[in-house]
Amino acid sequence: MSDINSWIDSEVKSGDVVLFMKGTPNFPQCGFSGQLVQILDYLGVDYKGVNVLDNDELRQGIKDYAQWPTIPQLYVKGEFLGGCDIVREMFQANELQDHLKGAGITIRETA
Amino acid sequence: MPMNANDIEVMIKAALPDAVVTIRDLAGDGDHYAAEIVSESFRGKSRVQQHQMVYQALQGNMGGALHALALQTSAPE
Repeated sequence: MSDINSWIDSEVKSGDVVLFMKGTPNFPQCGFSGQLVQILDYLGVDYKGVNVLDNDELRQGIKDYAQWPTIPQLYVKGEFLGGCDIVREMFQANELQDHLKGAGITIRETA
Repeated sequence: MPMNANDIEVMIKAALPDAVVTIRDLAGDGDHYAAEIVSESFRGKSRVQQHQMVYQALQGNMGGALHALALQTSAPE
């Protein structure tokens, strides 16, 4: 496993919810990344933002790691959940909330 | 070199011959599209797998020539 791949692997497993994104949670630098930040903040989920713009090797490495060509990418308990479309679709269908609760992750109970 | 909607549809149909593809141009810049794809080959697959099938059909253009493609995939009702 190349070092960027093992670094990504450790990052993915370093937290319950890890969001590889462009920018940071406080300063998303891409509309799609910003959408996932909004969803996670709305749900009050604790998550770790990893800024792929910090390092080109990471930016490409994460796409190879998940066999997924775009950013953002959301990982829950080390498992790739999806990009912006899928997570938003899951959120709208309440599947994201169930998946997080099922993984033992506390979320803010919304109306 | 941005892609046009027709290129996207042709590539998807080459890989998923039965697919019904509806493409909306979100920004008119050849870079931001939304696509709705209905195909029997999606049945029983997770959303991630369905989207990965579409990305493979686009032969590496996704994330390169094509910056944003919002996907909505499903099997026929």
